[in-house]
Amino acid sequence: MAAPAKRVEQLDRVVIRFAGDSGDGMQLTGDRFTSETAQLGNDISTLPNFPAEIRAPAGTLPGVSSFQVHFADYDILTPGDAPNVLVAMNPAALKANLADLPAGADIIVNTDEFTRRNLTKVGYTVSPLEDGSLDEFAVHPVALTSLTLGALAESGVSKKDGERAKNMFALGLLSWMYSRPYESTLRFLERKFAKRPDLVAANKEAFRAGWNYGETTEAFSVRYEIKPAKMLPGTYRNITGNQALALGLVAAAVRSKLPLFLGAYPITPASDILHELSKHKRFGVTTMQAEDEIAAIGAALGAAYGGALGVTTTSGPGVALKGETISLAIALELPLVVVDVQRAGPSTGMPTKTEQADLNMALFGRHGEAPLAVIAPKSPSDCFHAALEAARIALTYRTPVILLSDNYVANGSEPWLLPSVDELPDLRVPFATEANTEDGRFLPYLRDPETMARPWAVPGTPGLEHRIGGLEKADKTGDISYDPANHEFMVRTRQARIDAIPVPDVDVEDPSEAASVLVLGWGSTYGPIGAACRSLRQRGLTIAQAHLRHLSPLPANLGEVLAGYDKVVIPEMNLGQLAAVIRSRYLVDAVPFNQVSGLPFTAATLESMLEDVVKNG
Amino acid sequence: MAETVALQLTAKDFKSDQEVRWCPGCGDYSILAAMQRFMPELGIPREKIVFVSGIGCSSRFPYYMNTYGMHSIHGRAPAIATGLSTSRPDLNVWVVTGDGDALSIGGNHLIHALRRNVNLKILLFNNRIYGLTKGQYSPTSELGKITKSTPTGSADTPFNPLSLALGAEATFVARTIDSDAKHLQSVLRAAAEHRGSAFVEIYQNCNIFNDGAFDLIKDPSTREAHLIRLEQGQPITVGNLNVVHPEGSFGLKVQEGGTPIVHDATVDDPAYAFALSRLSGSDLNTTPIGVFRNVQRPSYDEIVRKQVLDAQAQATGAPEEMLGDLLNSGDTWTIL
Ligand code: SF4
Repeated sequence: MAAPAKRVEQLDRVVIRFAGDSGDGMQLTGDRFTSETAQLGNDISTLPNFPAEIRAPAGTLPGVSSFQVHFADYDILTPGDAPNVLVAMNPAALKANLADLPAGADIIVNTDEFTRRNLTKVGYTVSPLEDGSLDEFAVHPVALTSLTLGALAESGVSKKDGERAKNMFALGLLSWMYSRPYESTLRFLERKFAKRPDLVAANKEAFRAGWNYGETTEAFSVRYEIKPAKMLPGTYRNITGNQALALGLVAAAVRSKLPLFLGAYPITPASDILHELSKHKRFGVTTMQAEDEIAAIGAALGAAYGGALGVTTTSGPGVALKGETISLAIALELPLVVVDVQRAGPSTGMPTKTEQADLNMALFGRHGEAPLAVIAPKSPSDCFHAALEAARIALTYRTPVILLSDNYVANGSEPWLLPSVDELPDLRVPFATEANTEDGRFLPYLRDPETMARPWAVPGTPGLEHRIGGLEKADKTGDISYDPANHEFMVRTRQARIDAIPVPDVDVEDPSEAASVLVLGWGSTYGPIGAACRSLRQRGLTIAQAHLRHLSPLPANLGEVLAGYDKVVIPEMNLGQLAAVIRSRYLVDAVPFNQVSGLPFTAATLESMLEDVVKNG
Repeated sequence: MAETVALQLTAKDFKSDQEVRWCPGCGDYSILAAMQRFMPELGIPREKIVFVSGIGCSSRFPYYMNTYGMHSIHGRAPAIATGLSTSRPDLNVWVVTGDGDALSIGGNHLIHALRRNVNLKILLFNNRIYGLTKGQYSPTSELGKITKSTPTGSADTPFNPLSLALGAEATFVARTIDSDAKHLQSVLRAAAEHRGSAFVEIYQNCNIFNDGAFDLIKDPSTREAHLIRLEQGQPITVGNLNVVHPEGSFGLKVQEGGTPIVHDATVDDPAYAFALSRLSGSDLNTTPIGVFRNVQRPSYDEIVRKQVLDAQAQATGAPEEMLGDLLNSGDTWTIL
């Protein structure tokens, strides 16, 4: 049959959300679509949404898993506020996502799953496909399951395996709709089912059937093209924040020429860093799954004492447990990287949802005066560079560093322009090997005048035997000291040495150079804030954006930057933690704008808030 | 280890320049002295030796040893030492802890270090009291103990530290006494020779808050009737009584006559050492000292290191090259 001629439309951006039951393979489908899209050269940003339960009952609302991908012919900053297209594999997936769709959005539904039983499970008495409730959308009913089974009738695979391949049918259809190159998906299927040639064939066939269905059926009259984005030349890969963070730690080990020791206890959403690092033993990476969060950091600190790059990875509840050991590391003045992939709290909170509410804990959440360095990545790929920066500060300045990632950047993905290894910073630091006084003694707390770091004299070094501990120590000698003047001096010195860590100045983005409102963010809000600012500027408004990567110490120019604007707005996914710091530190009447829903800001939310501030002050 | 032959270290070399600050008469002094006398025997240079401790009177120990040392935080020494020992096989790592430190706040780390069989020598100074916080009952204090925090008597059953260690899969378990320098050193020697976790309980007198806790097995007038000295290959007896294994019973019994069992710490089944550990309770009535269990099992640090070394041996190319390949792995695309 000759395919009816299809209209081809050019789009500049699309947001697609794949949604289905957790057993429907939506994460994989989204991942493959992302990979095809990357091959084509669009800019991309993705965000998965996992159900909180591991195996919620099939077909129920808590069992819905989704994956959103935003791609465009220009550089984009977020996974998109609202999907233009929803692929709903069952009634639950439709119901759970419908509220996010703007009028006019395309909905592709798997009609085979719209049975009375499945409808009842999620509280539909009448099928929404029949009662007119979806009239404002462009609904494309497709019998995904039976079409897949039909295509595989001759393949010889079981009905169950055939049904499972329906996600590939959906992927084939979407790949056709958006003119994606699919070779990487076919290669992927060959790898994934290497041991089952019948499944390779069946899944490829399902994919092809989906593609051909788009081409031949009259239900889809338009096909879309999105031109490649203009991106900096170089080699890219799509990467999640957790993956990038793990690779950044491996790179830090290579560039410091130190063995990496990770102590970790499983916790959502940080466990993937442990999983990833455990694959890279050939780089001298040791991963220890400890008995608890405290042991995890204890072992990492013990390894750091022995001359390794010590790292522990966790989420908020874990940082709470590690607090005492972080304080010990501050007293011992040893390098240590503590990664906190923040999630919604307090307590267990919402482990799969995002929040930035651990900033106070990172800055202040310890007993005594216990300052340390804090940094936060702004995007998934930036997690790589943030990990290197955390390691650099820890090693050079002999201090624990808290790296504040969050669920949004950890699980989101974007294209990453791969750095070349020799451009990465050189993180080598010398161990102490000999006495450091003129009379041939070794003083463990005699500091380097430039970095204020004490010598890193690792056990095994002859002649430098010494004892360190959590008790207050005398300046220079490190002997136990209860002397009031010494304690005063040591407390102030520990603060001063963190304050003196040189960190890059904060940049301000204000193309107009005439903005009177500054929006200041930190961490993962970079994308939505940036997208909101762009949109405002396109509409002729002026606004300046500055984003903090270093939260302790703060950049030296920050006070001056803040003073240059009539108004400073600080959006955060907490109740105003950075805003409180800025207000007290710089006496600036910063305006907090807060969201603690467990969801990232949408660009639209920030845009309307900022528009109001810009126009009405 | 050629250099060790030339080492002419003495006890004095292991004394640090810090003034020892335990209460006069504290059992910790004799343990420190025994350790400093024993250390030269190891033939290991001082810089290769590390003492890691937690919090408590005993945990001041590292400050007084002229080796590397870390006085850490309450209960966490086994965890910190695990990281150190796993990443530095060349070091000889000792953990010094107490009954509160190891069995109360740090109980989790202790059992997991033993389960993993990390190459650590763990010395638990058991004085059955909290000394540094001035006299509260500890997890080894006898039931009904009257202390500052339990004026009407403690209500919780104490741990038997050796039973606990054996339940945690310890491969080396021993007990000794602060005042018996010779025995103490012989146990330290056996512990030092063990590859893996060695757990040593040292009965230690806190003469300020729990004086005389172990007098029954220290006092020459009562000692012989209550102290059981375990010697490899020797029959187990106490005074003129024998330790026997009554037919049909799970445990061991102290009785007149019968055939005393012959001690063998290398028995693989931990039930034997466990039965020995049950001979003594809070009352110390028949208390074995010596090495209860001494078996070989692969240690965590060895297994973990081997995995890393094997991966490194298979690796091709310099780390920088491999890193470049790693970054460039997966689905990449190039924009010109
Ligand atoms: S309080 Fe007891 S254990 Fe502590 S130093 Fe004094 S005598 Fe020794």
